[in-house]
Amino acid sequence: MEAIILQILNGLDKGSAYALIALGLTLIFGTLGVVNFAHGALFMIGAFCAVTLSRILTLSHEVIDPTKTDFLGKPLKVDVPYIYNLVGESAGNVIIDWAVPLSILFAIPIMILVGFIMERGLIRHFYKRPHADQILVTFGLAIVLQEIIKYFYGANPIPTPAPEVFKGSFDFGAMLGLEGAGIIYPYWRLVYFAFATVIIGGVFSFLQFTTFGMVVRAGMADRETVGLLGINIDKRFTIMFGLAAAVAGLAGVMYTPINSPNYHMGMDFLVLSFVVVVVGGMGSLSGAVLAGFMLGILESFASMTVVLETLPGINQIIIYLVAMIVLLTRPRGLMGKAGVMEE
Amino acid sequence: MSKFELTRRGLIKSSAVVGAGLAMPTIITNSANAYTNEPKGGTVTLGFNVPQSGPYADEGADELRAYELAVEHLNGGGDGGMMGTFSSKALKGNGILGKKVEFVTGDTQTKADAARASAKSMIEKDGAIMITGGSSSGVAVAVQALCQEAGVIFMAGLTHSNDTTGKDKKANGFRHFFNSYMSGAALAPVLAKAYGKDRKAYHLTADYNWGYTTEEAVKSSTEEMGWETVNSVKTPLTQTDFSSYIAPVLQSDADVLVLNHYGGNMVNSLTNAVQFGLRDKLVNGKNFEIVVPLYSRLMARGAGDNVKGIFGSTNWHWSLSDEGSKAFVKSFGEKYGFPPSQAAHTVYCQTLLYADAAERAGTFNPCGIAEALEGFEFDGLGNGKTLYRAEDHQCFKDVLVVKGKENPTSEFDILEVVEVTPVDKVTYAPDHPQMRDGDGNAVPIGTCNPGT
Repeated sequence: MEAIILQILNGLDKGSAYALIALGLTLIFGTLGVVNFAHGALFMIGAFCAVTLSRILTLSHEVIDPTKTDFLGKPLKVDVPYIYNLVGESAGNVIIDWAVPLSILFAIPIMILVGFIMERGLIRHFYKRPHADQILVTFGLAIVLQEIIKYFYGANPIPTPAPEVFKGSFDFGAMLGLEGAGIIYPYWRLVYFAFATVIIGGVFSFLQFTTFGMVVRAGMADRETVGLLGINIDKRFTIMFGLAAAVAGLAGVMYTPINSPNYHMGMDFLVLSFVVVVVGGMGSLSGAVLAGFMLGILESFASMTVVLETLPGINQIIIYLVAMIVLLTRPRGLMGKAGVMEE
Repeated sequence: MSKFELTRRGLIKSSAVVGAGLAMPTIITNSANAYTNEPKGGTVTLGFNVPQSGPYADEGADELRAYELAVEHLNGGGDGGMMGTFSSKALKGNGILGKKVEFVTGDTQTKADAARASAKSMIEKDGAIMITGGSSSGVAVAVQALCQEAGVIFMAGLTHSNDTTGKDKKANGFRHFFNSYMSGAALAPVLAKAYGKDRKAYHLTADYNWGYTTEEAVKSSTEEMGWETVNSVKTPLTQTDFSSYIAPVLQSDADVLVLNHYGGNMVNSLTNAVQFGLRDKLVNGKNFEIVVPLYSRLMARGAGDNVKGIFGSTNWHWSLSDEGSKAFVKSFGEKYGFPPSQAAHTVYCQTLLYADAAERAGTFNPCGIAEALEGFEFDGLGNGKTLYRAEDHQCFKDVLVVKGKENPTSEFDILEVVEVTPVDKVTYAPDHPQMRDGDGNAVPIGTCNPGT
């Protein structure tokens, strides 16, 4: 029982990341009809926004400490962040400590801009091309973005810790009256889950309750008619691309304390997120979110010792196995609509 | 107008003539060469096969820096580095056997097929006389087998699996780096001293060749000390989030977690384990502990503060104070501005050892070089007295047990050496059970292949 609760919790944060990425993928697919394989790269760029901001905050000048020596026996050069000169050492440390949450503000404009440039500069030229062309060009773009990040930040993972108050874990079992059951859960993963819920809720409300959202939904249903009504749907769709990029980017920013970011983290998530979209049903936003959480939790269950002892290796194939079963029984995915990618 | 008629017989005839003509130069060269890529001019070419792309690219870049430094020193440039402290004085700083050392590089991508392709191209197209480098055992085993077939020497880079000089050893392959068995043998006594002999260990193991041999080595060494292994779980090499593997550890009655992970896997699994509060946990009245059998300082940086206080082992560390290490850190540090990694150290040593063996043998013939390296005892390369054992081409030297430093003074100051385990404590018989094949049979090393 305890193990099951723990794996559900584990599945929630993994599922949150899948859901956020898959949500953006579906938004782009639903609005622009583009299968965007560069979406994982947007997640990765978001994570590197956090790395960049923490580097900016810790930009330093060297001060020589004559009492200590470096590895060559020369006087040690100590890096003192410029921010200490601006706001003082203690306030400076607090700001550096909160680099990841602060990166949210930093990442939003950058991600929207990256999204605009990607859409206007490259992807719009592929709207009328077959899906295979779109996949090839966006996959190529993902590799290019990945290599650019590797050129500037190296191939090794870069530690990007959560603020001090969110470090460590708490006994979730004790909250349920199961003390000593070992249901320990890290604070930051809970923050991540809450953050994902807010973002997903935000996106849905935006589409549901604003005029802009209503037009976009109408455009997703029947682009031509909306165009005939004199509404510039293309412009709105470009904005949606920026929004989807921002969602993926924010998912990346907040993910950095969970696993140190590196240049190929986007690819690690991309394939699974596509499976999530397909299982959820192409073009269905709620399907993407549902499938994201479902597959995240299933993946966690598959790594349980009892399960692995009965079915060795199941942890590596569970997601694909479920995808096969779902597609065999419901070819349009869990919540897919008729007519999507079927013309 | 002439008429050209193509007949079947004519075609066969002319093909045979053309074929013989094309084959001719190869036949002539073959008979003239005593061994593959025998250097004819004033230069000799070495092939540095390192990961230049993929997740180990930074480690590969550090290896390449060390190779460039070694070539510079062999050709008489720079301050000579460890050539000055090396016990053998055969190297003169005039290249190898009077020939200027040149090099070509290949990208292993840390993929066995890519690594074999790049090694093959360096041997066939660039005329490399020796192949060296790599940052993974899967790659080392694959490239070693290729070099054996091609008739060139393979000087392994960073490869820690027992198999490289165990069941997959080859007569043309040599390893300076230590291995899983040695890590287990060196770590176990230190762990028993620090954490007691009554411990229950839970292993998470990367699902490939190196993971298996490391798990086996650590398991058997710690069990000999009285520890019990409660579980061991294989994790996919591509795994990034280890939370679902860490969770069952919380539920078990284990009080030690052994992470048989390297590189990015290690950074992520360790970070996740610390996030889940394992290090603050009390089990069976004891503090929960984490062990990382093989440390890479370069990679450990990615785990930030999480490595503090965690035991592991390493082949070499820049903070060592022997003359060889000091000379190497000085040369490397002054050229590049930061201390070298263990990967850089091992490949620098391998290059010098190859060059020295060629000088002593008086030939580039792989069989002559292999003979010069077999049973070769040396000192002054940073690990104390070292033996290149003839039976399996494995170096035997002291092993460093390290711990994540509590109060680092710089970004390089991540590990501290807590124990230097003497070589006799980590030496094993060439046919030790951990070095045998799947059926428990000892594998012979075979005979050296000079190629053509």
